[in-house]
Amino acid sequence: MIQLFLRDVGLSVRSGGGFGLALIFFLIVVTLIPLALGPDQTALAVVAPGVLWLGALLACLLSLDRIFGLDFEDGTLDLLVTSPLPPEAVYIAKAAAHWLTTGLPLALAAPVLGVLLNLDFETGKILCLSLLLGTPALSLIGAFGASLTLGVKRGGLLLSLLVLPLYVPSLIFGAQAVRLAGQGLTYDEALVLLSAISLGAAAILPFASGAALRINLR
Amino acid sequence: MGWSGRALPWVAAAAGLSLCSGLIWGYFFTPDDIRQGSTVKIIYLHVPAALMAINGYLLMFVGALVWLIRRQHVSVLAAKAAAPVGMVMTLIALATGAIWGQPMWGTYWVWDPRLTSFLILFLFYLGYIALWAAIENEDTAADLTSVLALVGAVFAMLSRYAVLFWNQGLHQGTTVTMADGAQQDNISNVFFQPLLLSMAGFGLLFLTLLLIGTRTEVRSRRLKVLQARERME
Repeated sequence: MIQLFLRDVGLSVRSGGGFGLALIFFLIVVTLIPLALGPDQTALAVVAPGVLWLGALLACLLSLDRIFGLDFEDGTLDLLVTSPLPPEAVYIAKAAAHWLTTGLPLALAAPVLGVLLNLDFETGKILCLSLLLGTPALSLIGAFGASLTLGVKRGGLLLSLLVLPLYVPSLIFGAQAVRLAGQGLTYDEALVLLSAISLGAAAILPFASGAALRINLR
Repeated sequence: MGWSGRALPWVAAAAGLSLCSGLIWGYFFTPDDIRQGSTVKIIYLHVPAALMAINGYLLMFVGALVWLIRRQHVSVLAAKAAAPVGMVMTLIALATGAIWGQPMWGTYWVWDPRLTSFLILFLFYLGYIALWAAIENEDTAADLTSVLALVGAVFAMLSRYAVLFWNQGLHQGTTVTMADGAQQDNISNVFFQPLLLSMAGFGLLFLTLLLIGTRTEVRSRRLKVLQARERME
């Protein structure tokens, strides 16, 4: 399982693996927002938490079909599922690798990009914290969606349709925490609920996704 | 197939009867509300449709569960047939709500918890239907959509409470409740009786459409089996 995790991380870090693409996409979203909304600093600070969360979410969405897609096409996934490793563990390893290569860099980059949107540093720290707590859920849910749409040709759009409604609670709590922090209010409750979603997803989704993998590779 | 074919005309007739009488009673034989005027009458469409939208998802959930546990083909086909009906009910609830909201709240749409969770419910229905349509093998599609329906139900509940946390509501609380102590906010009986009738009508209408949809699915399965058998010979 650890081997599989390391292999996935290695594959995505090497050239052509898509690592960094999510970050660049995130940067582009953050660049385009002021161009669309106008350069007013106070207005930007108001929308910054939501925009940064949304940007991170979309960047995460972009790399989802890579989680299982390439391995499914060349047959590696069949071998993995028939190996002694249960499909649940395959799912966990792949979701964890996805988080390490997209969620973590996005969370670390977000406060820096927040500066571009006039987000002050203290709030930026909360943003980083909320993304650290929230992106595991994004990776887990995304990998679940990817395991559902394995057999579908060009399922990218379908994947987004399935996954985006599932992202709603994470997005609400994450952006809410940052917004509350920006207004100087207490944000603990939102952060606790956000981590609860991540932990709950880690508890439930391996079984759902393992079932989906078994069904798809029957 | 046997009993459902015999039951269908009766259910359909009962649906038509209670729907017509409930709506006509509601629209023409109830007084206007003091504050809301005649716009109150949209309740006879809005509330039953919303009720059926939620029950439709519940039915899908149960159908998916029965399929995954007992491998009952009919239950998953019923879930498949329930999805478009539930989606349309969600759409009716959203549309009538918007039409009512314009004169009453001064806006067609607000990002209120109830409205938002209904929009999300609509997206869940869309995703479920799209996944059915995307997968060719029928048993695989049944399995995967069932998994999606189960996980979706969990997340639909989560979203429901998340949006409550996110924004305070403009939508009024429930006015149809059986609980003791909450009845001073209840709708008055003048409006409640036709509402109950049209709720029953929507329920029966849902059942009718569900029966028709499920029977169609079962028939198309049988047809495919027959075609396959013919090709074998």
